[in-house]
Amino acid sequence: MTSRDNPTEHESIDAAAPEAPVGGTGAESLSFRSDPSTGLRKRRLIQGLWFWLFRSAAAVNGLALAVILYFLVSRGWRAVNWTFLTQAPRESMTQGGILPCIVGTACLGLGAILIALPIGVASAVYLHEYARPGRVIRIIRIGISNLAGVPSVVFGLFGLAFFVVYLRMGVSILAGALTLGAMTLPVIIGAAEEALRSVPATYREASLGLGATKWQTIYRVVLPAAMPGILTGAILGMSRAAGETAPIMFTAAVFYTPSMPSSIFDEIMALPYHIYVLATAGTEIEATRHLQYGTALVLIVLVLGLNLLAIIFRARLQEKH
Amino acid sequence: MPHDSSDSPKVDIQNLQFYYGDSQALKDITLQFHTNRVTALIGPSGCGKSTLLRCINRMNDLIPNTRVQGRLLYGGRNIYDASVDVVTLRRYIGMVFQKPNPFPKTIFENIAYGLRVNGVKNRNTIAEHVEKALQRAALWDEVKDRLHESALGLSGGQQQRLCIARALAVQPDVLLMDEPASALDPIATQKIEELIHELKELYTIIIVTHNMQQAARVSDETAFFYLGRLIEVDATDTLFTRPKLKQTSDYITGRFG
Repeated sequence: MTSRDNPTEHESIDAAAPEAPVGGTGAESLSFRSDPSTGLRKRRLIQGLWFWLFRSAAAVNGLALAVILYFLVSRGWRAVNWTFLTQAPRESMTQGGILPCIVGTACLGLGAILIALPIGVASAVYLHEYARPGRVIRIIRIGISNLAGVPSVVFGLFGLAFFVVYLRMGVSILAGALTLGAMTLPVIIGAAEEALRSVPATYREASLGLGATKWQTIYRVVLPAAMPGILTGAILGMSRAAGETAPIMFTAAVFYTPSMPSSIFDEIMALPYHIYVLATAGTEIEATRHLQYGTALVLIVLVLGLNLLAIIFRARLQEKH
Repeated sequence: MPHDSSDSPKVDIQNLQFYYGDSQALKDITLQFHTNRVTALIGPSGCGKSTLLRCINRMNDLIPNTRVQGRLLYGGRNIYDASVDVVTLRRYIGMVFQKPNPFPKTIFENIAYGLRVNGVKNRNTIAEHVEKALQRAALWDEVKDRLHESALGLSGGQQQRLCIARALAVQPDVLLMDEPASALDPIATQKIEELIHELKELYTIIIVTHNMQQAARVSDETAFFYLGRLIEVDATDTLFTRPKLKQTSDYITGRFG
């Protein structure tokens, strides 16, 4: 029953009723009426279809992670036990544990952040608070985004040529941390700039209005307010650095070192590199298969754990504001 | 226009022009503000009153591509002279903004901020000045037991009085207020207006307001702006009851605005 039959019936908002014509009561409206009911149903159907598509795309994300985790857990959990996590490998890696790899990865991740964080935050402060829009700032930004696009293996070769050979650091934690730091720099700059941008301009105005200098404003108000966002970015950057293989292959990691690192000039073992070597070039590829999965599992737990930390951290500070 | 015959004006604006890029926002402004008086700047949106206010403490310097011509004298000097240190200037000419903007710090640290950046280190001195500022801003009784709680936990009206206290702590000479009560409810607004009455004994106050009744309640002198020009300035009573120009009386009676 269309509103044509009820000339004085007003526009109905009842979801089940046929769509009322646009522009007033049935008596007045004229030309907008094709068949109103299928028009609405068809539009709703198309909308539903698109939303289903979007939901599926989002679900694929979770699904991919779930599949990877299932794969690793099902094949690697047998290898992971207390011994695995706390002892060094023995008998050509077929026995023992991966403690030196965990230590090595931790050193590299920490080192990378210690290098990238100060330089990255300082760069972000300069770009956001001091630099005037113009050619210089554009060139710097192009440089940063290009740095972000450099393939990780190229970073590794760069690290080898520059840190290991030219600066004579040798294959060492230092060289590896510097290489990873360079790789993580764009991530830190991006996160820091976003954190600085989110500090309200009124804080800066209030500070300057009280007779503070620009630097005092940054140091006393802006940076403390931006720090949670910066730290979140740092944790995420660290988790990425921990998982990289190519940059450390030539600069810091070795297949086997008999003792724990005692200085930053020592070479170390690392989780991602360990997986790679066991799976491709080790002497007992098949025999160590479960160890490979176990190592991969430990690595992904580490990375996911750091990411989760960052997410929780970010959520806590979002509710504070 | 009545003024103390003994004093020269605290702030003396002479033929001020202000440009945002190519567009001229202030046209040939000549205006004086007298010591221990409250002067209200009124006018419809976009007339330049906030721009003028922000010229007085050079906050417009923060906006790129702006230009100033003319002179703005304070303490006998043109504040736009190259030799003037804008950081020191802002200690003497304080500002309260439209939306309360306390720092995300404790109440105490908010007030102490101005003191610390200006080099005061002694803890007792700071504590004394914080208390004095909070008392002057009529906020001390309400917060004295929670000085070390976050300032963001205060109500809107309290936060604005906190911002006033924060500005007072550095002992300014002139207080600029940019629609200080426009974001507040009527009761908080009334408290702010009472505060302004008390504060003018010690400070020279220039207040921008959209609310004509507020200007009438609070100020000694009122200046009416329109489209970047100063149309009329007079004692508040006179301006609101016997304005000299038709444009002024049209605005005041609400015929436009």
